[in-house]
Amino acid sequence: MVLIRDLLVQVVQMALVVALAPLLTGFVRKAKARLLRRRGASVIQPYRDLSRLLRKEAVVAENVSWLFRMAPYLIFAATWVAAAVIPTFATGLIFSWTVDLIAIIGLLGSARFFLALAGMDVGTSFGGIGSSREMLIATLAEPAMLLIIFAVALIAGSTQLSTIAAFMTSPQVGLRVSLAVALIAIIMVAIAENARIPIDNPATHLELTMVHEAMVLEYSGRHLAMIELAAMLKLLLYLSMIVCIFVPWNIKGPEAGYPAYLVGFASYVVKLAVGGAMLALFETATAKMRVFRVPQFLGAALMLGLLATLLRFVSRSL
Amino acid sequence: MTSVLVMLLCVAALLATAALAVFMARSKQATPVIYGLSLSIAAVAFATGLVQLVSPPAEVPILMLPFSLPWLGAHFRLDPLAAFFLLVVDLGGAFASLYGLGYGRHEHAPHRVLPFFPAFLAGMNLVILADDAFTFLLSWEFMSLASWALVMAHHRDAENRRAGYLYIVMASFGTLALLLAFGLLAGPDGAYGFAAMRGMDHTPLATGLVLVLLLVGAGSKAGLVPLHVWLPLAHPAAPSHVSALMSGVMTKVAVYGFIRVLFDLVGTPAWWSGLLVLLIGSGTAVLGILHALMERDLKRMLAYSTIENIGVVFVGLGLALAFKDAGMELAAALAMTAALFHVLNHSFFKSLLFFGAGAVLTRTGERDMEKLGGLIHRMPVTAFTFLVGCMAISALPPFNGFASEWLAFQAILQSPDLPQWALTILVPAVGGLLALSAALAAACFVRAFGIAFLGRPRTDPAANASEADRFSLAAMSILAGLCLLAGILPGIVIDALAPVTQLLVGGRMPVQTDMPWLSIVPVTESRSSYNGLLVFLFIGFSAWLTAGLVHRFASRALRRAPAWDCGFPQIDATMQYSAGSFAQPVRRVFGTLVFRARERVDMPPPGTLSPARFALETHDLVWEGLYLPIAGAVGYVAEKLNYLQFLTIRRYLSLVFLALVLLLLVLALWS
Repeated sequence: MVLIRDLLVQVVQMALVVALAPLLTGFVRKAKARLLRRRGASVIQPYRDLSRLLRKEAVVAENVSWLFRMAPYLIFAATWVAAAVIPTFATGLIFSWTVDLIAIIGLLGSARFFLALAGMDVGTSFGGIGSSREMLIATLAEPAMLLIIFAVALIAGSTQLSTIAAFMTSPQVGLRVSLAVALIAIIMVAIAENARIPIDNPATHLELTMVHEAMVLEYSGRHLAMIELAAMLKLLLYLSMIVCIFVPWNIKGPEAGYPAYLVGFASYVVKLAVGGAMLALFETATAKMRVFRVPQFLGAALMLGLLATLLRFVSRSL
Repeated sequence: MTSVLVMLLCVAALLATAALAVFMARSKQATPVIYGLSLSIAAVAFATGLVQLVSPPAEVPILMLPFSLPWLGAHFRLDPLAAFFLLVVDLGGAFASLYGLGYGRHEHAPHRVLPFFPAFLAGMNLVILADDAFTFLLSWEFMSLASWALVMAHHRDAENRRAGYLYIVMASFGTLALLLAFGLLAGPDGAYGFAAMRGMDHTPLATGLVLVLLLVGAGSKAGLVPLHVWLPLAHPAAPSHVSALMSGVMTKVAVYGFIRVLFDLVGTPAWWSGLLVLLIGSGTAVLGILHALMERDLKRMLAYSTIENIGVVFVGLGLALAFKDAGMELAAALAMTAALFHVLNHSFFKSLLFFGAGAVLTRTGERDMEKLGGLIHRMPVTAFTFLVGCMAISALPPFNGFASEWLAFQAILQSPDLPQWALTILVPAVGGLLALSAALAAACFVRAFGIAFLGRPRTDPAANASEADRFSLAAMSILAGLCLLAGILPGIVIDALAPVTQLLVGGRMPVQTDMPWLSIVPVTESRSSYNGLLVFLFIGFSAWLTAGLVHRFASRALRRAPAWDCGFPQIDATMQYSAGSFAQPVRRVFGTLVFRARERVDMPPPGTLSPARFALETHDLVWEGLYLPIAGAVGYVAEKLNYLQFLTIRRYLSLVFLALVLLLLVLALWS
């Protein structure tokens, strides 16, 4: 019975993240548009885009190899697996112990590896420039993320997200400086990882400062749909991760009944909406920065992550 | 006893093969015969090592042979540590031989390679078997010289001669340091056997000195910064299968020497030794991979990446030292397992990558990435296996590199319980550096694979390349399979390493094969767990499912069309992104500090027809800051002493007399 319930929660979670990801992106776009006093497209526009793309014929460049055609599915699969094990509304996921936080970062790294290679498979400068910059950003964002994980894991005594979520809701956490610092750092990393302003602009195609959009320039049709869906999923993943670590309230434990799951689900949607609105607000208020300013931005995240691990000792002695 | 004997017989057989090679090197059959023999002998040795590791006998087998120094004898011993490293060496040797069966046919001077190849293998086996200082040093030198001869195989190339010269200087220097280290351990009575050294109490001063000497001696062979300068020159200079042996295996013999002396012979070193090793290890990792990212020579890039991986291994060893000193056996076992697992993993993927680079080299004649491209179409199997190696070395799940780095990160998370605040604060920072080097490795191998195998061919040889021969393909495919297997079933390897950690740090990780679903759990399940098998299956299944659904219900039409050229017609292959341009952002961010890289662009004013110029200036700070001054000082002193060579006989005699008087005086004052 327990097994069936956990399996059910897991399946619901897998379906949920894929179903919600385009909605989140649509919501952020809508919120941004409203902030700019535009009417903006409907929040379900991303679903329409995806279904249109999926039904279109895929056009690939003449010399691309199998890697270019397989990469979208692998990227999507890796991101999906990573997103499926982050507790969103309940912690009792049957496969949550398969990957811990470090392995989630690893999975996203695998997805990025294929995306960067696919960008280089075409043999034009566009893909190369995107790949090169993406990998540069990754070299700074990954260590920063790892340090944040260290800070969190050293406090919670685990790299398992469900354990961390349970620990963070328990009263023994208290108010910690290092958690606040880690929160700022993880938001900075999440912005960089998801190619949002000020690191990258998800809305442009023809600008030389672009990173993510340059890599996927040659993709079309169903391939592009998978890449776009993976990117949306990644945004949802990072938001869920932040929510799970820093505001894990109402994420229901394995013993809670099915009605409690509904409460958990409702609060998850609210949290996502608040997160999305804050992202939209931040993006509207900031200007895109030059590519070579990005290392400073991420270097700050790195230092904050390091500070968070060090401040742990201070806050522990308080 | 019997297992040591079998191993020694294997060594003897390898030496006999070397002797055979001397006589028949110029005949046509030499290549298949010699590599075939090496392959079968290495396979037997590997099997023996495996049996010793998996089911170690109650009593550690030892053997003494009556030769070597007359009053000493040569001692050999096969404990779990030796068994594990023998396994790494002989597995690497077997694959190199298999690869050599095909690759050796392209060798234009086989008589310069064939005799030394089995001798090199024999030397490495002997180092690991040795149980006294004399045998160890003798085998160590034999291994160095055999590999030096292989580095010099293509000696007509001036660059190779320089590499060989630098290598022999550094190798001799390293052996000197090891000799002094053993001298310190042997004590005043000259106890040269390892058993005697193990039993002695060493003063803290001696232990500290031994550590420093070891870092110089074994570290220079392994490629620790700043003693790494010879490695990226010498490893690529040898034929590719030997490069694979040197990078994938010989550096591991150096790691073995370090572990054997520090963990086994010295006993418990001071706590700061862990700190020192951690700092050197993490610095080595970052500097090595940054160099690799700047390199456009495929094989040299791989050699630099070896330096990075050695850094990772030493980080694990440093952690193990610190935990062992603090009495945290479980954490020490975890760190040690991470280090040893990475040793095994690196031998897999580095051999694989060097084989791939060798296949590219024979089929295109190029090692320069900027002249390759598009090889995925012409060499599909090589490209696929190389891709697996790239993912594994970049520490990406579900491959083996990730499993060992994950263990290292888990070990780092044990650091808050360390008693020294310096370590507790520093270890997470080291973890950050480890993550940085892993991320840089991913960038480095995206660049290598993307430039060499993807895109369009940049030169004619690359456009007309053909697939490698079947022996090479077999070796690469099996290694790629092993990279995946060790990544999805890490629990088996961890359990096999338990006797080694038990021996070295007095503890072991929990039994992993009992865990549900074959996941690995370093401490407890609520703390952390990872399951490579399920990750692999999940990714495979969801990718297959998605692709199937999309093709079934959405669209499966595909059209090929020219790439988007931005309205600029006639784009040719030279206008692709190059290796240099790929590395430029990283160079700009990290290189201004590490390489003092400066870029200068001279733009002609509008209207003039002169070309724009771009100049790049980089410095190897270790070379310029450490080696050039030493070389300058040696040169200066030699210049001054040159005067002594042109004296009259009277003056020489008076010098002799003076020296005699001086020494007698010293002797008189001393006693």
